[in-house]
Amino acid sequence: MSALLDIRNLSVALKGGPRLLRSVSLAVAAGEVRGLVGESGAGKSMIGKALLGILPRSVEVVDGQILLDGDDLLRLPPAERRRRIGQRAALIPQDPLTALNPAHRVGPQITDRLVDILRWPRARAEARALDLLAEVHIPDPGRVMKSYPHELSGGMRQRVLIASAFAAEPALIVADEPTTALDVTVQKQILRLIAEMQARHHTALLFVTHDLGVVSKVCQNLSVLYAGKVVEDTTVRDFFRAPGHPYSAALLAATPKYTDPDGSLTPVPEAVIAAVRAEVEAAETEWQHGRR
Amino acid sequence: MDDARPLIEVENLRLSLPDLAGKPLIGPAPKLEILKGLSFAIPRGAVLGIVGGSGSGKSTLGRALIRLLEPSGGAIRFDGQDITHLPEADLRPLRRRMQMIFQDPLSSLNPRRRVGGIIAGPLRLHGFDAIDRRVDAALDHVGLPRSFRGRYPHELSGGQRQRVGIARAIALRPDFILADEIVSGLDVSSQAQVLNLLEGLVADLGLTLAFISHDLSVIRRLCRNVLVLHRGEIAEHAPTAQVFAAPRAAYTRELLDAIPLPDPDQPWA
Amino acid sequence: MLDGRGAIRRRAGARLWLSGGWLLLLVTVALFAPLVAPQDPLAQDLMSGRLPPFWSAQAEPGFWLGTDSLGRDVLSRVIWGARVALTVACIAGPLTALIGGALGLIAGFYRGWADRIISRLVDIWMAFPPVLFSILLIAVLGTGLTSIILAIVVIDWTRFARVVRAEAMNQGAMDYVAAAQVAGFSRLRTMTAEILPNVLPTLVALLSLEMGISVIVEAILSFVNLSLSTDAPTWGGMIAEGRTSIHQAWWVLAFPLVALFLTVLSFSQFGEGLKDRFDPVLR
Ligand SMILES: Nc1ncnc2c1ncn2[C@@H]1O[C@H](COP(=O)(O)OP(=O)(O)OP(=O)(O)O)[C@@H](O)[C@H]1O
Ligand SMILES: Nc1ncnc2c1ncn2[C@@H]1O[C@H](COP(=O)(O)OP(=O)(O)OP(=O)(O)O)[C@@H](O)[C@H]1O
Ligand SMILES: [Mg+2]
Ligand SMILES: [Mg+2]
Repeated sequence: MSALLDIRNLSVALKGGPRLLRSVSLAVAAGEVRGLVGESGAGKSMIGKALLGILPRSVEVVDGQILLDGDDLLRLPPAERRRRIGQRAALIPQDPLTALNPAHRVGPQITDRLVDILRWPRARAEARALDLLAEVHIPDPGRVMKSYPHELSGGMRQRVLIASAFAAEPALIVADEPTTALDVTVQKQILRLIAEMQARHHTALLFVTHDLGVVSKVCQNLSVLYAGKVVEDTTVRDFFRAPGHPYSAALLAATPKYTDPDGSLTPVPEAVIAAVRAEVEAAETEWQHGRR
Repeated sequence: MDDARPLIEVENLRLSLPDLAGKPLIGPAPKLEILKGLSFAIPRGAVLGIVGGSGSGKSTLGRALIRLLEPSGGAIRFDGQDITHLPEADLRPLRRRMQMIFQDPLSSLNPRRRVGGIIAGPLRLHGFDAIDRRVDAALDHVGLPRSFRGRYPHELSGGQRQRVGIARAIALRPDFILADEIVSGLDVSSQAQVLNLLEGLVADLGLTLAFISHDLSVIRRLCRNVLVLHRGEIAEHAPTAQVFAAPRAAYTRELLDAIPLPDPDQPWA
Repeated sequence: MLDGRGAIRRRAGARLWLSGGWLLLLVTVALFAPLVAPQDPLAQDLMSGRLPPFWSAQAEPGFWLGTDSLGRDVLSRVIWGARVALTVACIAGPLTALIGGALGLIAGFYRGWADRIISRLVDIWMAFPPVLFSILLIAVLGTGLTSIILAIVVIDWTRFARVVRAEAMNQGAMDYVAAAQVAGFSRLRTMTAEILPNVLPTLVALLSLEMGISVIVEAILSFVNLSLSTDAPTWGGMIAEGRTSIHQAWWVLAFPLVALFLTVLSFSQFGEGLKDRFDPVLR
């Protein structure tokens, strides 16, 4: 089966500086939810940004391919690439407040994309927005549509962004820690919604999270990232049964469970970190050799 | 200093905000009551967990406690002093002692200031010495490399930004920190590091902490007492162990049931 | 490298250098006009009227861009005209930015009654049609460089006030402003040290636009003869004169027009280029 999204050996680096992503490969098939975990600063958001063509200016793709529907996005002319991405993919960004324009009410921020880019009639876009806000359990969606972003709580903003990403029923959603501001009951609702979208529209997700509990509930496959390198690519089932990499195992062990009375709070052991770091460095040296 | 007295006392706290969405074309916006009469106290050196549904008023309560918002009724006392309606100028001397770590990391950092300046600014204002050393120490504490001093917030990852916010608050050595959802964006390892840091500050320096979080396993580990907010009212305020063992409010029960355990075979109704 | 942004960056760089280059050239010749200008801009010589530019067979050495109907050297007049244009741009632009920017910042940051007063003032101001307003002002103030500058400032500050107010309000909704308050910084310090740097890029872009607009306004007022004394060289005045003899001597109209066009364009491009190049957030 050919994947909807196929990232091959993607390397991203600071201009004239070190690599932030080191030959990352990962694939997401239509209707698949792939989890992406790894420590803070590992490069999870960078993968999403590279794929959506929104890398910061100081960062550039130095190598690799990003195939969406079989076409390498990096080889398409910029206008065509933007059009493809706009039609096929959506992002739930990591920073809910900054992602919303403080000067505009929330409603238009959801509907404008539908109206301006996908040419929906405004009434239909508004009805869709209201439905979705209700589906992400926002009380009084009509009022929220008319609110300014700063009048909403953190979790409400995040749900506005989720609704907005879902609105156009994209084939692929990059969800960058989409539930960090949500309480567990709402989170559960959102995850259920994702499963539904997946079943109904065959939506695929690249799901960035730190919460292995969430991973175990929504994802089918999982990539573990360390310092810009994929250290494990596996099915969720295998990951929880027998993690294939010492770093994954340590990550799993360090995850607190609320059912434990004194829930362990041990960071990933130094020895494991040292080992995985050495592994990444070895790969880096090899890559640089290959370049020369 | 009267040690027996709680650092923070809240009595029948009410807070309303103008509701711009419901604003008629002419005339003032109607008021929306967000906090509806809360009473509780936080003893010195205690850690109070604040949980509750999204939009239940946790952040608003936090902003009221450190007086970013002015309550419309009731009273807040900080270290015995009534700060409920204290004007900004009179609050300023107290500011070093009460800090907030914000829920939205990127927006809480000035985009055109470097990390070093962000942490050093408040230190300089409050007349600290050896500022360079303190900035470095704060970065060490939260597990960020010292070289990050020269970076702008947009050059950091989400979790790194969050830790800059934490570093800024702890560098001031405040008596009280309000932490609004500060670990949800961190991986388990950084999370453990930050929580251990906070626990250390509580144990060694007598820091008082109000800890807003959705993560009940973290709350369970860190907090002695938990306050459950529901639609701007206190649904439950009890010792943590009791809340987990025998939640009284139906809402608390619901929260506990919705936690996803890291196990794909665990059913999750 | 692979993602095509390099090209955009390079174009932005070229924009900055081209517009900056033109402005630098203009400033230099304006500053040293007495030395640079080949002729006396006021010297008439009816015998050598309407000489064509240097590439034409009938051109005369020393009159590079030809002469007008009174035999005055066009190049020299364009150079001296640049003096007037740049003086107006460099005084009126920043002054407008300062006044409008400050009022907008105060209104947007402090809100409340300060905002109500300033916003009301802006509304009242905007009710006047600007061209009529400026002609009225000049009529009251009398012609002259100071009057032009004053007219521009008095009319255009609202543009800055409106934009900066909106931007300051947006920034005010960000938590870093609350963080400054929690840190204990005074309101004034928060406004100048936290908000202002974030409004500055917008302000600079607007300023460069305004400088271009000032040049146009000066030209318009000269065109309708409300600027300096009639024979003083100004681009607007030259355009007005050139218009009457367009069929006999197009160059009298064309060169000041080109200078005007390039200058206005360069100002706006320079501002955008600066923003692209030096704003850390965009970098
Ligand atoms: N504009 C930039 N300039 C320099 N370094 C950057 C820039 N943006 C990000 N980085 C660095 O790139 C690395 C990867 O960042 P990324 O945002 O992808 O991390 P992440 O895995 O999403 O982490 P988190 O879970 O904390 O959000 C980080 O170490 C970060 O410091
Ligand atoms: N400035 C404001 N104006 C009007 N309403 C507001 C304002 N700020 C917050 N609210 C409303 O107050 C309620 C509580 O918001 P608050 O941010 O305190 O929630 P929260 O408990 O922190 O939620 P979350 O967990 O999602 O962050 C929400 O319904 C929100 O819409
Ligand atoms: Mg990230
Ligand atoms: Mg909140």
